[in-house]
Amino acid sequence: MAELNIDIAGLKLKNPVMTASGTFGFGVEFDDFFDLNSLGGFVVKGTTLHPRQGNAYPRMAETPSGMLNAVGLQNGGVKYFAENIYPRLLVYNTNILVNVSGSTVEEYIACAEQINELDHIAGIELNISCPNVKEGGMAFGTSCPAAEAVVKAVRKVYNKPLMVKLSPNVTDITEIALAVEASGADSISLINTILAMAIHAESRKPVLSTVTGGLSGPAVKPIALRMVWQVSKSVKVPVIGMGGIMNATDAIEFFLAGASAIQVGTANFIDPMASQHIIAGINNYLDRHNFKSIKEIIGGLQL
Amino acid sequence: MKKSVQNLKVVSNQRLNKDHALLELKSEVLLEGILPGQFANILVDKSQNVFLRRPFSIFQVDYKCNSIFILIKGIGGGTRALSKSLVGETLSVIFPLGRGYTFPEKKSKVLLVGGGVGIAPLMLLATMLKQSNHQIEILLGARTGEDLVELGNFAKYGTVHTTTEDGSHGTKGFVTNHALFGDELKSFDRIYTCGPEPMMKAVARLAYQNDVDCEVSLENTMACGYGVCLCCVTETTGGHRCVCTDGPVFDIKQLKWQN
Ligand SMILES: Cc1cc2nc3c(=O)[nH]c(=O)nc-3n(C[C@H](O)[C@H](O)[C@H](O)COP(=O)(O)OP(=O)(O)OC[C@H]3O[C@@H](n4cnc5c(N)ncnc54)[C@H](O)[C@@H]3O)c2cc1C
Ligand SMILES: Cc1cc2nc3c(=O)[nH]c(=O)nc-3n(C[C@H](O)[C@H](O)[C@H](O)COP(=O)(O)O)c2cc1C
Ligand code: FES
Repeated sequence: MAELNIDIAGLKLKNPVMTASGTFGFGVEFDDFFDLNSLGGFVVKGTTLHPRQGNAYPRMAETPSGMLNAVGLQNGGVKYFAENIYPRLLVYNTNILVNVSGSTVEEYIACAEQINELDHIAGIELNISCPNVKEGGMAFGTSCPAAEAVVKAVRKVYNKPLMVKLSPNVTDITEIALAVEASGADSISLINTILAMAIHAESRKPVLSTVTGGLSGPAVKPIALRMVWQVSKSVKVPVIGMGGIMNATDAIEFFLAGASAIQVGTANFIDPMASQHIIAGINNYLDRHNFKSIKEIIGGLQL
Repeated sequence: MKKSVQNLKVVSNQRLNKDHALLELKSEVLLEGILPGQFANILVDKSQNVFLRRPFSIFQVDYKCNSIFILIKGIGGGTRALSKSLVGETLSVIFPLGRGYTFPEKKSKVLLVGGGVGIAPLMLLATMLKQSNHQIEILLGARTGEDLVELGNFAKYGTVHTTTEDGSHGTKGFVTNHALFGDELKSFDRIYTCGPEPMMKAVARLAYQNDVDCEVSLENTMACGYGVCLCCVTETTGGHRCVCTDGPVFDIKQLKWQN
């Protein structure tokens, strides 16, 4: 058995497999399926300062190899999280990150300040990339000055590991990555969903209530791989890769492209055990290729 | 029982008419306490280009054989592929999911109203209501007589009435055109319904007007089926709620369906 543990800028992961925000609930929903402590970590639902109802139904459109969602950050707000959800997370012995979003820099700050009080939360994943909200969200992740402003502001009030999650909906992802690194991000995760659209031909109507939504699943994997590769070459901080990872082979591809850890997203819907199969499969791959540690394959693409 | 991902073996596949099939799926895990209205999320064979699982009501449970039954109406790629499942193959199924119908505390007179494939959760419901000796009337609606399935089995649990849009079986029209929705409606303690949303809304409206309790089972499209994606929400008096975990069964008082 090869070593799977890896440190990501202060986060000690027992293995490089995490689960992605918005696809893993608050974790507790998976208790029936497997022991959450087997994960390197998990990222809970997008959380905002104030409660949000999210967008109207329908919020989902299926494609042959992925799905569009337009959930719109439905959540009970950070206070609800701290009072009602956080106590239930104390039993887990793995890295739990809260995915933080906001419409204004002030909202991001106030939300991060409250998360800072929660000892059992290992870090924040700063979501500057949600395509499904009218204000803020992705706007912070698609311009360098806006990304810098929000990362710097949160960095000032949050002293634990800060992972910043990038949007793929940009011309040059490396510019944004360099900007958030310079502004104090400890690590960078990518990609969030890709802005997309679905139409119902018979009724001549959009499928989603919001017309556009975010594409995820196998359809986005080649784009995600390319972006992880570009970003990991240009920044020094660790990169956490995601986008269409369905199995261990997909995960290995992300490590080879330069990711130090990965997140499993949409795959959880198809198979709630996906993360477990991926951990086992990574182990198997390393053994088969005689690697002693996961670290040996990070960025190991043979050009 | 706890929800889990299981590989269930197809032990029989009965074709009921041109587009309905009834699958019997055997579990290796001891089945217990499955409630009517709960559902199973089934993976469609990869070659079908169907990405997400497909949700189906648990139609019946055979605790002796440790199997569940699923009634499938073929309407698209996923349902058509599953309706052609071969005996002996295995299907990946996540179940039991969701919250089912609730049972009256006292001995009651209840009306079950099913439209189209919405009859699916009503079979297990009728079975369990009968076990607790409630008085059961069952009203099933479809487009034509050909589309009505499983009438004989429903008749084991209560008096069966039918409506068809073309008048080929039972009363002509929609379920709400049936005499049961006239003066007699007030005599029921509770109505249970599942079917196309416009039908359930019409049933709910009459239930409100006559002050009869009513539970409906919604069929919103789903991605996960177990409460983590938030794609399946419906508007309730308490805000957006997930149909897959807070439902699929809702008391009409929770829904904003009064008008
Ligand atoms: C809780 C629950 C229980 C269900 N129980 C049963 C059951 O017991 N038996 C059964 O046959 N079916 C049941 N359904 C419906 C079944 O899940 C869908 O028919 C199925 O997902 C369609 O998949 P498909 O690939 O065949 O069709 P697709 O190709 O996905 O769709 C075909 C067409 O139907 C439309 N459509 C599909 N699903 C829905 C929906 N949920 N609401 C509105 N329009 C839709 C699509 O827009 C498309 O136009 C249930 C659904 C839910 C949510
Ligand atoms: C239904 C759904 C909800 C999501 N919600 C969030 C969210 O709240 N915050 C966030 O940063 N990303 C969210 N995402 C994006 C995922 O975390 C992930 O970045 C993306 O789906 C790509 O990975 P995948 O293809 O493995 O799913 C969501 C994705 C889906 C499908
Ligand atoms: S289908 Fe995912 S939350 Fe209901």
